[in-house]
Amino acid sequence: MRGLLGFLVLLAALAGGAVWMISAPDRLPAGEFADDAGGDPVHGETVFTAAGCASCHHAPESEDKLVLAGGQRFASDFGTFIAPNISPHPQAGIGAWSLHDFANALLRGVSPEGRHYYPAFPYTSYIRMAPQDVVDLWSYIRTLPEAESPSQPHEVGFPFNLRRGLGLWKQLYLDPAWITAAETDEARRGRYLVEALAHCGECHTPRDRFGGLQRDTWLTGAPAPDGKGSIPALTPDKLSWSAEDIAYYLETGFTPDYDSAGGHMVEVIDNFAQLPAEDRAAVAAYVKALPEGGIMD
Amino acid sequence: MKITRMTATSLTLVAALAASGTAALAQDLPGPVKARQGQFNILAINLGILGDMARGKADYDAEAAQAAADTLVAVSMINQAPLFPEGTSEMDIDGTRAKAEIWDGWESFGEKWSGLGAAAGELQQVAATGQEALGPAVGQLGGACKACHDDFRAPE
Repeated sequence: MRGLLGFLVLLAALAGGAVWMISAPDRLPAGEFADDAGGDPVHGETVFTAAGCASCHHAPESEDKLVLAGGQRFASDFGTFIAPNISPHPQAGIGAWSLHDFANALLRGVSPEGRHYYPAFPYTSYIRMAPQDVVDLWSYIRTLPEAESPSQPHEVGFPFNLRRGLGLWKQLYLDPAWITAAETDEARRGRYLVEALAHCGECHTPRDRFGGLQRDTWLTGAPAPDGKGSIPALTPDKLSWSAEDIAYYLETGFTPDYDSAGGHMVEVIDNFAQLPAEDRAAVAAYVKALPEGGIMD
Repeated sequence: MKITRMTATSLTLVAALAASGTAALAQDLPGPVKARQGQFNILAINLGILGDMARGKADYDAEAAQAAADTLVAVSMINQAPLFPEGTSEMDIDGTRAKAEIWDGWESFGEKWSGLGAAAGELQQVAATGQEALGPAVGQLGGACKACHDDFRAPE
């Protein structure tokens, strides 16, 4: 009897240890992103715009969207996430970080202290970013104004406040593979914008009960994360706009009926409006080529 | 003769039923909410005239463009306060996307509405001067729409 008990304790300890090991933060190798000398801040600004950094990290109600003070609240089924200060302030923001720290945050969802970030921060999309874009983005973000306001803690209850569990979540959902195939340069650019930088799938794709994106129903629309209303499907069985209509919407916010966007999409359009027309056309072509119902082969 | 009168009566009845059915479908939104939604529809229709010309989807017509731009300016002069009474936000009633923030930030809301007026005024200046001028001016007006919707209009 004692033997059996001991065996069970040992088994539980082993299982616990295994869970502990596989939930450990997976960081980039130390040699990667070690040298931040090659950054181009001008191109970094385009990356910054396409990635929508300011849309979530500018202070609520602030008209200056380049002060990345944080503070916007994002309600979800798992709690309310509050965007942190990512301005270059050395204490309140990320001014004391290295490029390597920044790359670990963007591409692996791991903080410099080795904690998992919640996936409200869309590293599940940014993991597909081109390495040089990360370097350029870092060089641009460091030119922005410093903000002193400290980041506020997320309002997340048990068990989601146990961040270690996110290591298991990442085993399931953090995947660098592209969702769709792309054969031409334009298609690759559109895919890069939609699936990596602009992280469209984070809102337009339904999530399962653990909050992971359901890749087999890609961009088929979803309930709004804060529980109010829904986010529309983009697949051709649901969205009948022409490619030109989509590009015009991303430039001006006008639907084909000249209704105008509302909610968080306004911020997204403000970003797309600043990108070159070819980028909007590439996104439109991507959307038009989506499979009906979002089912990937 | 008798049959004709009966037919006429039943037709009238059917028409009356249809009319009341339509009214029920349009929901019993408060008058001010219907009125404000109507003004936004007028904006959309006239923006459509200008936007389609700007995009080359419709032939440029200076007179029609000017009339559309004049209409935008006219709508922008409607006083918004009576159309947004307390208790008509998306939290209070179905059928509106007006966020409660409108009433918390009434001054800012007013500034955004003035922004629409400014953009419409510029469009009015250039609408009859040629097709090329429409694109940027319509884009600017779109910016005024978004600036307000960003804070004050909920997603669908």
